Amino acid sequence: MSGHSEHHGSYLERKGGMIATIWDWATTVDHKKIGVMYLFAILFMFFLGGMAAIAVRMELWEPVRQAADGSFTGQLFRPADAVSMSEGNNFYNRLFTLHGAIMVFMVIVPSIPASLGNFLLPLMLGAKDVAFPRLNLLSWYIYVFGSIFAVCSIILGGVDTGWTFYTPYSTTTDADHIKVVLMVLGAFILGFSSILTGLNFIVTVHKLRAPGMGWFDMPLFIWAIYSSAIIQVLATPVIGITLLLLVFERVFRIGIFDPALGGDPVLYQHFFWFYSHPVVYVMILPGMGVISDVLAVQSHKRIFGYRAIAFSSLGIAAVSFIVWGHHMFTSMSELASAVFSALTFLVAIPTAVKVFNWIATLYKGSITINTPMLYALIFLFLFSIGGLTGLPLGTLSTDLHLHDSYFVVAHFHYVMMGGTIIALMAGIHHWWPKMFGRMYNETGGMIGAIVVFIGFNITFLTQFLLGTQGMPRRYASYFDEYTSLHQLSTIGSWVLLAGFLIHLFVFLASFASGKKAPPNPWGGLTLEWVATSPPIEHNFEHEPLVKHGPYDFDTVVPPHWDPKDYPIPEAQAGGRPAVAHSPDRNA
Amino acid sequence: MSSIPSQNASKPLWARYTHASHFRTAAEEFDACKLGFWLFLTTEVLLFGGIFCAYFIFRTLYPGAWKEGSQLLDWRFGGLNTAVLLISSYTMAASIYCFQKGYTRRAQWNLIITLICGAAFLFIKLAYEYIPKWSVGKRPGALFDYPFAADPHLPLWWSVYYSGTAIHAAHVIIGMVLIARVLYRSYKGHYGPTHYTMVEITGLYWHLVDLIWIFLFPLLYLIH
Repeated sequence: MSGHSEHHGSYLERKGGMIATIWDWATTVDHKKIGVMYLFAILFMFFLGGMAAIAVRMELWEPVRQAADGSFTGQLFRPADAVSMSEGNNFYNRLFTLHGAIMVFMVIVPSIPASLGNFLLPLMLGAKDVAFPRLNLLSWYIYVFGSIFAVCSIILGGVDTGWTFYTPYSTTTDADHIKVVLMVLGAFILGFSSILTGLNFIVTVHKLRAPGMGWFDMPLFIWAIYSSAIIQVLATPVIGITLLLLVFERVFRIGIFDPALGGDPVLYQHFFWFYSHPVVYVMILPGMGVISDVLAVQSHKRIFGYRAIAFSSLGIAAVSFIVWGHHMFTSMSELASAVFSALTFLVAIPTAVKVFNWIATLYKGSITINTPMLYALIFLFLFSIGGLTGLPLGTLSTDLHLHDSYFVVAHFHYVMMGGTIIALMAGIHHWWPKMFGRMYNETGGMIGAIVVFIGFNITFLTQFLLGTQGMPRRYASYFDEYTSLHQLSTIGSWVLLAGFLIHLFVFLASFASGKKAPPNPWGGLTLEWVATSPPIEHNFEHEPLVKHGPYDFDTVVPPHWDPKDYPIPEAQAGGRPAVAHSPDRNA
Repeated sequence: MSSIPSQNASKPLWARYTHASHFRTAAEEFDACKLGFWLFLTTEVLLFGGIFCAYFIFRTLYPGAWKEGSQLLDWRFGGLNTAVLLISSYTMAASIYCFQKGYTRRAQWNLIITLICGAAFLFIKLAYEYIPKWSVGKRPGALFDYPFAADPHLPLWWSVYYSGTAIHAAHVIIGMVLIARVLYRSYKGHYGPTHYTMVEITGLYWHLVDLIWIFLFPLLYLIH
C-alpha cells in the first residue's frame, strides 16, 4: 500500500509492456479503471443488442403473411410457406429475446451506475476509492462471467422466451433446455454483480464522504446513484430466487410454476415484476442524476430545488416497490387492479417534480450548447413523452386496448432508450475529458446527437401510431395496413445506427488526436473537477475539504478556472464577491 | 519494509494490522464492513422471502396438501436440528467474545464446536430426512412417486420443502467454509482484540443461517 501512495501519475499511465499493462488492468482495484472496463464491456454489449435490434427491424420490413389478393385470410399459400414461416417466426422470437435480454440485463441495468457511477462516485465524494475495492473488481468479473453464460446460450442458438422468461414459455419451449438454463443462470449471476455494486455504493456514500460534505452537499448524481443502489440491493435477491426456482422447474420439474402440477404461472410474473419493476427505476434514476448534474453545470446556474430533486429520487425508489401489479392487470381482481393503477399514478409525482425543477434550472441560466447539454435537452423531450405515455398504460380502461401492443414497446423505448441511453450519452460526453484526459470534437458530437434524436423519433413515434391502431408486439408478421409505418420505423433504426456510428468515430478520433483536456473544461464545482484530467491514481493530492455546495455557481469561482477555456457568468466575474476555490488545502 | 523496526516482528499479526489506505481509521473500516454486511444480510432475507411467499400462497390454495405434508415430517429430527443450530450460534457468538478478550485458544475451540454442529446438522438432514424420504418417493413435482398420497397437490408441498431446505443447506455449507477459513487464519494469528472484523462478519452470517432455520422449522414441521 505504502509503495503506491507515493505515485502521482495519471491512472491511465502504462506500467511497462503490453502484457504487464493488461495484467495491471485485469487485477486492478482502482475504481476508475474498473469503471472504464465496465464502460467498454457495456458499450460492446450495446453494440450486440443494437445489431439484434436492426435485425428485428429488418425482419419487419415486409408483412410476410398475406394471401394472393393481398388481403389477409389466415390461410397460407403453399405447404412450403408454412415451413418457412414457422422457421421465420422461430428466428424472430430468438432475435427479439436476444435484443431484450442483452439490452436490459447487460446494458441498461449496469450502464450508468457501473460505468460512470464507479468512475465518479469516489471522485465526487472526495474519496480515494469505493469502500470495498476488491469486491468492486469481483463485481466486474461476475458481470463478465454472467455475460459469457448469456453469450454461450446465444451461440448455441438463443432462447425464444422473451427477455422476461415468462412461464410456461421458459419451461416448455426448446426441448434441449440447456440454452434457457444458461440464459437464466446468466441473468441470475448478473444479479449478484448488481447487488454487490449497489452494496458497495451505499457503504461508500455513508462512510467515505470528504470532510465538510454533509448529505445535502452531495452532487445530485450521487443522490440518484444512492437511491438506485437501495433498489438494487432490495429487489435483486427476489429475481435471484425466482430465476433459481425457474431453473429447478426446468431441470427437475418441481411444479411451482406449472399448473399441471398445481403450480401457478402467474406467480412467476408476480415474482418477476416485484424485481423488474423496481429495476426499471434502477435503470432511469442514475440517468436522472446525470441530467441534474449536466444541466446545472452546463447552464452555470444553481440547480432549482436541490432537496426536492434529492428526495424525489428516494420517493421514486420507495414507490417503485408497490406498483409491480400493473404488469398483470388482466390476471387480477378488479379491486387489486384499481389499487395498482392508483399506486402507479403516484410515480408521476416525484418524476414530474424532477422535470419541472430541471426546466426551472434552465431559466435565466448561462447555457452552453454542447454535446452533453444537447443530450440533456433531448432527454427532457424524450423522457417527457415516455413518461406521459405511461399514464394511458396505467389507466385500466385504456390499458385494455393498448397493452401488449406497439404502444407499450414505444413507451418503454422512450423511457429506457430516450431516458437512460440518452443520459448515458450525455454523461459520457460530459465526463469524457475527465475520464480520458482528452477533448472530443464538439461539432462531431453535436451532429451525432442530432442524428440520434431524429433517428430515435422516426423509429419510435411511428410505433405509438402502430400501437394505437392495434399492432401487437412480438409478432413476426402483420397486416398490410401497417406496412408503411413499419417501414418508416425501420428506416429510423438505420438513422439511429448512423448516429451512433458518428459517435463511435468521434470517440476514436478523440483517442487518436483529441486535444488535451483541462482539469475543468465546463466550469463545474463538484470535487471531480478539482482532480486532474485524467485523475491521478489516488484521485487527489490531498484529501479535499468541502467548503461550498455542489451548485453554488453564483458565489464560487470554479476550481482551475482559466478565462481562456470558458467564460464564467457575469454575476461571478464582476459585482458579487467570489470565494476563491481552494479544495486542495489540507485541514 | 526492511526499514520497519524489528520490534514489530515480534507482535502477532492482528496487532500489526493496518487498515486499507482509503479509510481514515481502522474503526471506520470496521463500521463500513459491518454496514456492508448487514446490507448483504438484507438481500439474503429477501432471497428466502421468495420461498416463504411461495409457501404461504400454496398453503392458502391447498391447505389439505400442506396439512398432510407437514404430518409426513418428523418434528423430532427438525427439533434436534434446531437445537444443534442454536448451540452452534451460541458457540459462534462466544468465539467472537473470546477473540475480543484475547482468549484465542478458547475462541478456536468455540469455532471448532460450531463447525461440528454445522456438520451434524447436515448429517441429520441428509441421513434421517432427505435420503429416507426421497427413497420412498416423497419427491418434488414431477419426480413425486409416493403411493399413499391423499391430496393430489402433495408434490407441490415437497417442491417447497426441498427448495427451501436445500437452499438453506447450501447456506449452511457456505457458512461452514467461512468458519473454516476464519479458524485457519486464527491459527496464523490474524485475529485479536483490536482486529476481528472477519470473525464478526462470519458470525453475522452464521446467525442469519440459524435465523432462517428458526422460521423454516415451525412453518414446515410444527403448524398443520
